[in-house]
Amino acid sequence: MAEKPDNNAYWAANIRLVTICLVIWAIASYGFAILLRPMLSGIAVGGTDLGFWFAQQGSILVFLVLIFFYAWRMNKIDKEHGVDEE
Amino acid sequence: MDQTTLNFIVVGLSFALYFGIAIWARAGSTSEFYAANRGVNPVVNGMATAADWMSAASFISMAGLIAFVGYSNSTFLMGWTGGYVLMAMLLAPYLRKFGKYTVPEFVGDRYYSNAARVVAVICLIVISVTYVIGQMTGAGVAFSRFLEISSTAGLLTASAVVFVYAVLGGMKGITYTQVAQYVVLIIAYTIPAVFISLQLTGNPIPGLGLFSNMAEGQPGAGTPLLVTLDGLLTDLGFNEYTSGNTPFLMALFTLSLMIGTAGLPHVIIRFFTVPKVSDARWSAGWALVFIALLYLTAPAVGAMARLNITTQFWPEGVQGEAVSLETIQSDEAYNWMLTWEATGLLGWEDKNGDGRIQYYNENGAGMAELAAERGWAGNELTNFNRDILVLANPEIANLPGWVIALIAAGGIAAALSTAAGLLLAISSAISHDLIKSVINPNISEKGELLAARISMAGAIVLATYLGLNPPGFAAQVVALAFGLAAATLFPTLMMGIFSKRMNAQGATWGMIAGLAVTCLYLFTYLGWFFIPGTNMLANTADNWILGIPPTHFGPIGAVINFAVAYVVSNATAAPPQHIQDLVESVRIPRGAGAAVDH
Repeated sequence: MAEKPDNNAYWAANIRLVTICLVIWAIASYGFAILLRPMLSGIAVGGTDLGFWFAQQGSILVFLVLIFFYAWRMNKIDKEHGVDEE
Repeated sequence: MDQTTLNFIVVGLSFALYFGIAIWARAGSTSEFYAANRGVNPVVNGMATAADWMSAASFISMAGLIAFVGYSNSTFLMGWTGGYVLMAMLLAPYLRKFGKYTVPEFVGDRYYSNAARVVAVICLIVISVTYVIGQMTGAGVAFSRFLEISSTAGLLTASAVVFVYAVLGGMKGITYTQVAQYVVLIIAYTIPAVFISLQLTGNPIPGLGLFSNMAEGQPGAGTPLLVTLDGLLTDLGFNEYTSGNTPFLMALFTLSLMIGTAGLPHVIIRFFTVPKVSDARWSAGWALVFIALLYLTAPAVGAMARLNITTQFWPEGVQGEAVSLETIQSDEAYNWMLTWEATGLLGWEDKNGDGRIQYYNENGAGMAELAAERGWAGNELTNFNRDILVLANPEIANLPGWVIALIAAGGIAAALSTAAGLLLAISSAISHDLIKSVINPNISEKGELLAARISMAGAIVLATYLGLNPPGFAAQVVALAFGLAAATLFPTLMMGIFSKRMNAQGATWGMIAGLAVTCLYLFTYLGWFFIPGTNMLANTADNWILGIPPTHFGPIGAVINFAVAYVVSNATAAPPQHIQDLVESVRIPRGAGAAVDH
């Protein structure tokens, strides 16, 4: 049970990372592509505006980057806290 | 060689490949049957997950859904990809660490309750059975269209093929056939799209072509493709392609699809097949890479097909004359219309008797006046099934016969791969969660493997029967599957990982509440068990509570599940210490290898 405090720090680090990633996830899809689209209407992309691009291309690309970033960062956090798989 | 023969050869070759893999990847143990012995490389698993996930709906219907609505249906693109972010961060790695075979098994063990396990099995079966009906009918349609056999014969052929590799190989056989099916379907989807994007914009990447200028010799050369499309559509009384005005409903529907995606058991179990927890994280990323190849292409396919079809009907532009009946009959570029008219999915009628077919939106603003002025008597393209858009796409763009044959093999691959994944989720829930965990815990390894194979065979027979006699509600049923996954399994799994305090009573009542309220909301507007005429309220915006359509209800069901679980759990005793230790261990990757043999 000596590892317990360490595990709590590990879990807190995970929650922090997940929260950051999900905020970006929400901003790219619900934000830029839908609710905030009128705000971005001034930025033209290929005959339409940035919000449309986010809705049909950008959000998917953001999701991709987020998952790979999370996997890479979590592997580092696993090692820092000594809970990685040998 | 005629087209049907060519289709037979290409589809036949793809089947030979699947059978070869089935013989190579026979399952010898329950671990192989349920989880491919946890030896699947994360990239390979990503590819299999992509095929598992992308169904007949993604392959055949999605581009059509976007093409005829435009921006507002971007919800499907975001919803069916964004769910993987939730899965990668909130579910997959922890469930892999748990190291068991099925989703109800986690629910039953984590909540130390066979009642919770059985409720989870019921949710899983309702979700997966409803989902598999669409796959079977989709395969039947693809067979009958391309191979010119009856859709009954097509469906039976599809069942026989799935039977061979799913019963023989279980998860192991399914995984490697799904990889082959992914390759077939992605080639089939992207090749026509690349050709069409090159023709229209000169850019070979469809996702970039969508935002490029029209190429020389195309209508509106030099202006952006989307501006050209918007212009054409508004002139014909349709809504602007790039506009939409229901942001709240779009956001809610996207959320419903995302949470539903993350809670679908046949996708979750794919992450049980990789060797390590870190592999489960990477694998979710790779799955999305392979899914994105299709999903980034789909909006371009939709917009470009809409543009091509519209300009075919208005070859001189909207201000000129519409296409003549004579041209449709004689010009090779219009052959696809004759082919598809024969299937009953496309139809036209020269209402004003001018020998031309006017395609426009007769209900559009100012269109009645314009029609009166130009002598039109209503829209003359009277029947246009959205599903034919992807299937007819290579013909519309005049691509060679082998590309059309590829589309046939791709459509069938998309339906078969998803059907197999769903059937595995159903059969493992029966053989592992009901037979092994509840009814007969002393069953031998060999006995369980046999039970798994019999359950699989039974599930295929049931799916075939339902595919041949589809209940009249097939379309609504997909909404039900996503709504239920969002309202039942997703919250229960997430709380099982992120809350140590959540107990058996909370989880069970949360699932039951989510299931009951979601079903009640759907049945109120769509009829009891979707039987037409038994709905208590008309399915119109005035009747919806807070204006929420039944298809968008998933997130509300999820919130109800969370709330009921929280209240009930806090009113009852905390889970025992060994369960709290279990949650602790699920959160930590170390030791995942040891958890394999249980």
